[in-house]
Amino acid sequence: MALLQIAEPGQSAAPHEHKLAVGIDLGTTNSLVATVQSGEARTLTDLAGNAMLPSVVQYQADSIVVGERAAAAATQDPANTLISVKRFLGKTQAEIEKSYGQLPYEFCEHDGSLAISTVAGAISPVTASSEILKALKLRAEDSFAGQDIMGAVITVPAYFDDAQRQSTKDAAELAGIKVLRLLNEPTAAAVAYGLDSGQEGIIAVYDLGGGTFDISILRLHQGVFEVMATGGDSSLGGDDFDSLLVDYFKKQTGVSELSASVLRLFINKAKACKEALSQYQTVNVGLEFDGQSHKVEVTRETFDELALSLVKKTLRSCRRAVKDAGIENEEVLQVVMVGGSTRMPIVRSQVAAFFDKEPLTSIDPDRVVALGAALQADVLVGNKPDSDMLLLDVLPLSLGLETMGGLVEKIIPRNTTIPVARAQEFTTFKDGQTAMSLHVLQGERELVDDCRSLAKFSLKGIPAMAAGAAHIRVTFKVDADGLLSVSAMEKSTGVQAEIQVKPSFGLSDDQVANMLKESMTNAKDDMQARMLKEQQVEALRVVEALEASLATDSALLDEQELGALKAEIAKLVAVRESATTPAEIKAAIEAVDNASSEFAARRMDASIKKALQGQSVDEV
Amino acid sequence: MRYFELFAIPVDYNIDLATINKHYLELQRAVHPDRHASSSSRDKLLAVQNAAEINDALQTLKHPVKRAEYMLSELGVDIRAEQQTLQDPLFLMQQMELREELEELENAADPDAAIAQFEAQIKQLDKQYSSELAAQLASNDEQQWQAAADNIRKLKFVYKLRDELERIEDSLFDD
Repeated sequence: MALLQIAEPGQSAAPHEHKLAVGIDLGTTNSLVATVQSGEARTLTDLAGNAMLPSVVQYQADSIVVGERAAAAATQDPANTLISVKRFLGKTQAEIEKSYGQLPYEFCEHDGSLAISTVAGAISPVTASSEILKALKLRAEDSFAGQDIMGAVITVPAYFDDAQRQSTKDAAELAGIKVLRLLNEPTAAAVAYGLDSGQEGIIAVYDLGGGTFDISILRLHQGVFEVMATGGDSSLGGDDFDSLLVDYFKKQTGVSELSASVLRLFINKAKACKEALSQYQTVNVGLEFDGQSHKVEVTRETFDELALSLVKKTLRSCRRAVKDAGIENEEVLQVVMVGGSTRMPIVRSQVAAFFDKEPLTSIDPDRVVALGAALQADVLVGNKPDSDMLLLDVLPLSLGLETMGGLVEKIIPRNTTIPVARAQEFTTFKDGQTAMSLHVLQGERELVDDCRSLAKFSLKGIPAMAAGAAHIRVTFKVDADGLLSVSAMEKSTGVQAEIQVKPSFGLSDDQVANMLKESMTNAKDDMQARMLKEQQVEALRVVEALEASLATDSALLDEQELGALKAEIAKLVAVRESATTPAEIKAAIEAVDNASSEFAARRMDASIKKALQGQSVDEV
Repeated sequence: MRYFELFAIPVDYNIDLATINKHYLELQRAVHPDRHASSSSRDKLLAVQNAAEINDALQTLKHPVKRAEYMLSELGVDIRAEQQTLQDPLFLMQQMELREELEELENAADPDAAIAQFEAQIKQLDKQYSSELAAQLASNDEQQWQAAADNIRKLKFVYKLRDELERIEDSLFDD
C-alpha cells in the first residue's frame, strides 16, 4: 500500500524519527528535566553543569529570576522570592497557614483564587510554577540546538488530589508545554529502578521530598508496573523537618518573633544544619541577625528525637498502604528510597526496620524521578514502538458526593486502578424540578468538612417531571492522569444536563485561558503565530498517527472507506501547508477525526480480540 | 455475560483469579491510553473508555458480592440499586448483636485478640452465605435466583461489618 509522504525541510515525517520528549520533576525544593538519548535516560544540566534547578522564583518590578540566583536573593528579598510554592498548589490561605505556620509572604486573593503579593503584582502558585517549567523547557531546547519539545511527562506526588494535579497541568499549559502525562513520582522512580534491574516482584517506593511524602506499593511483571496501593501526605516533607529545627533555634536563642528576612535566615540555616547532620554527629550553627550573634549546637541525637514523630507518621502511611495492597511486609522484595529527605539517617534506619530490609539507594534519590519520567516520555512520544512497558496507576484518594446531613458518599474508593468511570443515579424531589446541585469531594473521612471540596456542579435543563420521575445519571470519569471529569444525563428522555463546574480551588478553564493570553501579550509574543504553529504540529501528529495505523490495519476498511479517509488526510496535509489561521487547520483535523472514528473503533475491537489470543497487536 | 467474555473465562461464580489477572494485563496492554498516546484523539478517547471498562470488569469480577450481583443482574434480577428489603428477623437480630459486639471491641482488655475472634466470626458467616451461590447462580430456576439474591443481601451486611472492623483496626493502629 502506498503511504502518503509528507516531508519538509527540517521536519522529516519518517515515523521512527527520534522526537524530543522530556521528563520533568517539578519538585518542592528542586526541579529537574531529563531525556532519553541513545537509549539511556540522563538529566540535563545548565551551563554551570547543575542538574538541579532550585524551585525558587524571584519577582522584581520588571523581571523574573528563577533558580540559583533567585534562591540567593531569598534572605534580602523574602516577600518577593517564592520558595516551595508547590506546597500551595490547589490550596487555600487558611489551609496553608494551618499546615505551615509563619511564612514570609503576604497572601491575597486574585480573581477568586489564592495568590501572593509581590512587587510584580499578585502571583498565583500556578504562575510561579509555570516560570520554573519555562526555565526547564528552555534548558532542554538549548541542549538540543533549539529543537522543539514534542511533549513532557510531568511528575506529581502520588498523593496529590485532583485540585493539585489540575494546577500542575495548568502550570504546564501556561509554560507552553504539551503534557503527555502526569505521572506519580513513586511510579516514575519504580520505572527507573525496575528497568534498571529487570527484577520482578513487589516493590515499595518510599518518597520523602521537600514538601510531600508518598508511599507506593507496586507489582512488577513483564514490563507492567501495577500500582497496588498508594498513600502518603501531600503536606509532609523536608521543609517540616527544617521547621522543627527553626523552633529549636528559637528556643535556644530565646528569640520568638522573627521578621520575614530573619525567618528566611533561620530556615536556610536549619536546612543546612539538617543536611550536615546526615554526615556529622554534631553541627554548630551560627545565627547572626539584627546585631545579635548566637551559636546553637545540634547533635544528631537531638535531631533524631525531634524528627522521630514525623518519621513515625510516614510509617503509619506505609502500614496502611501495605494493608490496602493486600500483602504482608515480608512480601515486599525491595524498598526504594526517593527524594532528598531520605538522606536523613533516621529516615533510612526507621524504614529499614519497618520493612526489615535495607532500602535501595543506588540511583541518586534526587534524580531518579526525573529519569523515570523521561523513560516514559520516550515511550509515549513514540520513540520506542516495541516497548512493552505499561504503567497502571491508582486513584490516591476516594471521590465522593455530599449527601444529606453533611455526609460524604463514596463513588470511587481510593486505590481503584485508573482510568475509571462510575455512574450514580439521582432523582428529583420536587415536582417540576429542573436543576440540581452536586458537591464533589475527595478524601477518606465521613464528614464533608473533613474532606477536600473539589467542585460544585449545577445540573440545569432537567426536563420538568413529577418528583422522583427523573433519573439523572451522573458519570464520574478519572483519566490516566488522575484527573476527574463529570457528565450528567436524564435517562428517560436522554436529555444531556448542562454542567457548570465551579472548582473550589485552583483556576477555572477561563482563568487559565486569560492568563495564557496575558502572558503572551506581556511577552509580546505573536499569539496567532504561536497557535498556528501549534496546530501545524498537531496536524503532523494526527497524520503520522493515522499513517502508522493504516500501515498495519488498513484491511479493517473496505476500499470506499479507505479512499474517503485518505482523501481527508490528503486535505489536511494540504491545509497544513496553506493555512494562514489556526482555525483552518483545526477544522481539517476535526474532519479527519470524524472520518476516522469508525476505523478507530474497529482497530480497538480488533486489538482487544487479539490481546487474548496470546498475540501482541504489534506483531500482526 | 459480557465481563466473563471480555476476560475469556467460563461463566461461573467460582473464578480463577490467576487467569483473570493474566488476561487483565494482556487486555490493558492492548487498550490502555498510554499505548495510544501518539494516536488520534478519537483513538485516545476510545482507549480511555475501554481501559475504564476493563478496570470496572476486573473490580466487579474480583469482588465476591459485586460478582454475584453482576451475574444476577445479567440473569434479569437486578438488586444493585435496591433499598434494603431483607425480611429475616433472625438474621437482622444476629446482625444487631454483632454490631454491638463490634462497638465494644475498642474497649476490650485485649483488642488484638478480640479483633481476631470477631474476624473469625465474619469469615464463618461469609462462608455460610456464599457456599450456595455458585450452584444457585448456575441454575435455570427463578426461585434459585431469588434465593441467591437473599444470600447476597446477607453477604452485604457481612461485608459492611468487615469494613467497619477494618476501620476500627486502622484507628487502633494510629494511636
